[in-house]
Amino acid sequence: MMDQTPVFIIAIPLFASLLLTLIGPLGPRVAYGLLIGALSLSLGASLATMVRVVQTGQAIHYYMGDWLPPMGIELVIDHLSAAVLVMIGVCALLSGIYSMHTAGQDNHDRLNNYYALFSLLVTGLLGMASAGDVFNLYVLLEISALASYGLLARGGGKAYFATFKYLVMGTIGACFYLLGVGYIYIMTGSLNMADLADILSRESLQESVSIRIGFTLIILGIWTKMALFPLHAWLPNAYSRAGTATACLIAPLMTKVSVYIMLRMMFTVFSADYIFNQIAWSSLVIYMASAAVVLGMITAFAQRDMRKMLTYIIVAEIGYMTGGAWLANTAGYTGAVYHILADGLMTLSLFMAVGAIIYRTGDTSANAMQGIFRRMPITAAVFLIGAASIVGIPPTCGFFSKWYLLQGAVQAGAWIFVAALLIAGLMAAIIFFRLLEAAFFGNLDDEGLSVGHSAPHSGTGAVQMREAPLTMLVPLAVAGAALLGLGIYTNEVVTYLIRWSVPAGF
Amino acid sequence: MDEFFFFIVAKYNYWASLILLFIGLYGMIAKNNLMKKIIGMVIFQTAILIFFVSIGVKWGASVPIIRFFPDKQPLLDATAYANPLPHVLILTAIVVGVAVLGVALAILQNIQRIHGTIEEDEILEDMRK
Repeated sequence: MMDQTPVFIIAIPLFASLLLTLIGPLGPRVAYGLLIGALSLSLGASLATMVRVVQTGQAIHYYMGDWLPPMGIELVIDHLSAAVLVMIGVCALLSGIYSMHTAGQDNHDRLNNYYALFSLLVTGLLGMASAGDVFNLYVLLEISALASYGLLARGGGKAYFATFKYLVMGTIGACFYLLGVGYIYIMTGSLNMADLADILSRESLQESVSIRIGFTLIILGIWTKMALFPLHAWLPNAYSRAGTATACLIAPLMTKVSVYIMLRMMFTVFSADYIFNQIAWSSLVIYMASAAVVLGMITAFAQRDMRKMLTYIIVAEIGYMTGGAWLANTAGYTGAVYHILADGLMTLSLFMAVGAIIYRTGDTSANAMQGIFRRMPITAAVFLIGAASIVGIPPTCGFFSKWYLLQGAVQAGAWIFVAALLIAGLMAAIIFFRLLEAAFFGNLDDEGLSVGHSAPHSGTGAVQMREAPLTMLVPLAVAGAALLGLGIYTNEVVTYLIRWSVPAGF
Repeated sequence: MDEFFFFIVAKYNYWASLILLFIGLYGMIAKNNLMKKIIGMVIFQTAILIFFVSIGVKWGASVPIIRFFPDKQPLLDATAYANPLPHVLILTAIVVGVAVLGVALAILQNIQRIHGTIEEDEILEDMRK
């Protein structure tokens, strides 16, 4: 039974999504229960697998149907993928619980179909994190992308056009990736990652132009998927116009898992040595990452709509992780991987907090923050923790990832990235202090109080506390606590998980 | 001149898929009509499928099912069979492409319903209102 946990991680949400399409007549409560059950079981399997990986100190190789690689399909779960799997599981479960009210409102007619897509998206993400060969990775990438197009388009209205743009860009990205895989396949005749790494390290292939082009195409494809500046144009509109439940699931996970794929391709399939010695453009990436960080934050600063502001912050965060990965030293890599985990949780808690505020006030602009500390204290506290994490204030996990990234940037002598990190930190502080000032001292008599989804309040100027419903509040509080917890246990996470996956040659 | 000619002819499958790739990319980027963008996207995907399928081809090879000589001996020579792996991969990629096309058309239908048009500039104008 324990040997089979790697496949349960993916199989449970997959079968749940098939079941969910069939149980429409049983009503939304059954669909919700099935989704939460499946996500919890899958998270349990991820945790069991992670414990096994940490205890034995080596990667688990699971051969599908007992066909041996390089012919058969292989799942590989090492320290890096175990950490990412647990992060996906936690984020998916929390946003699944959170989705009860908002998803029900947006999809009152066919909630089970919405949840089927939800579950399918999680399947694709979990599959990407555990796939051991490059073609399966492509298929799972497209499964999760297709599910996300469906979910994002459920936002209705303007969301359709934004999703259409995302669909075109996403398809270009996936096609570039597939073309790159084709180049690599022609030169090596293999698709299994471990086998590819072995073949690509041969002396005779080091100078091959085809492999360089293949690598470039693969990385370009992944960059389009993860919205690295200047390929980010599709992200803000697609994410900010989606329904609240959809945004809470997709915003923290899609881009972060794409960053994980980039790391996998860079350091498992290819090697640090190959990338930084053979690829001429590798020294330019740090400038792109710096531009992404600074311009993402500046554009975020200019937004009035809170969700749009958060989506531009995602663009900046992608710059952090890309920069960390291309710094080519241990500290930078540790920062990038740790930031995948930290940013997943940060984005989740911020999107959930903003979603709860929008749910109660019905206002998506920054005005909704007025006096939120007295009206929704728990939501506001989680928002504060998330904001502190984005800015990088200890003991939240955002501080530690930035610390590692800064350390790595100084070691590598990448001063432009150091400057970008510091400027972005300052910008983030300004963005959030502006919002938090309104949240603490804002005027309470504005109309934000009386509009909303629940009954208009009848008090005569007295401040009423009106938190979001419990199914929204509990995951919100858990995400906030997890942000602090991850920050406090940084040392353990780095020692038991991240340090094991630092690629050779650093 | 001869060398250039052979350079083109010897690798004509790559050239064909490259040309298709750029036609598709042009359609996706330059066309204003969203339906034409989808057509460009499909051409783009098909170019990659053709690229993959063409690398599995071998001269004088047949379908990858083991053949038997008249004396019932199997023919176990790899050069006698086409490489099946690219073809199998492409079967999966075709399915992915069809699914993407289906989702794209469904979204396009909704765009038409909401904005009343599928011309990109008119949609942007409609959204500004």
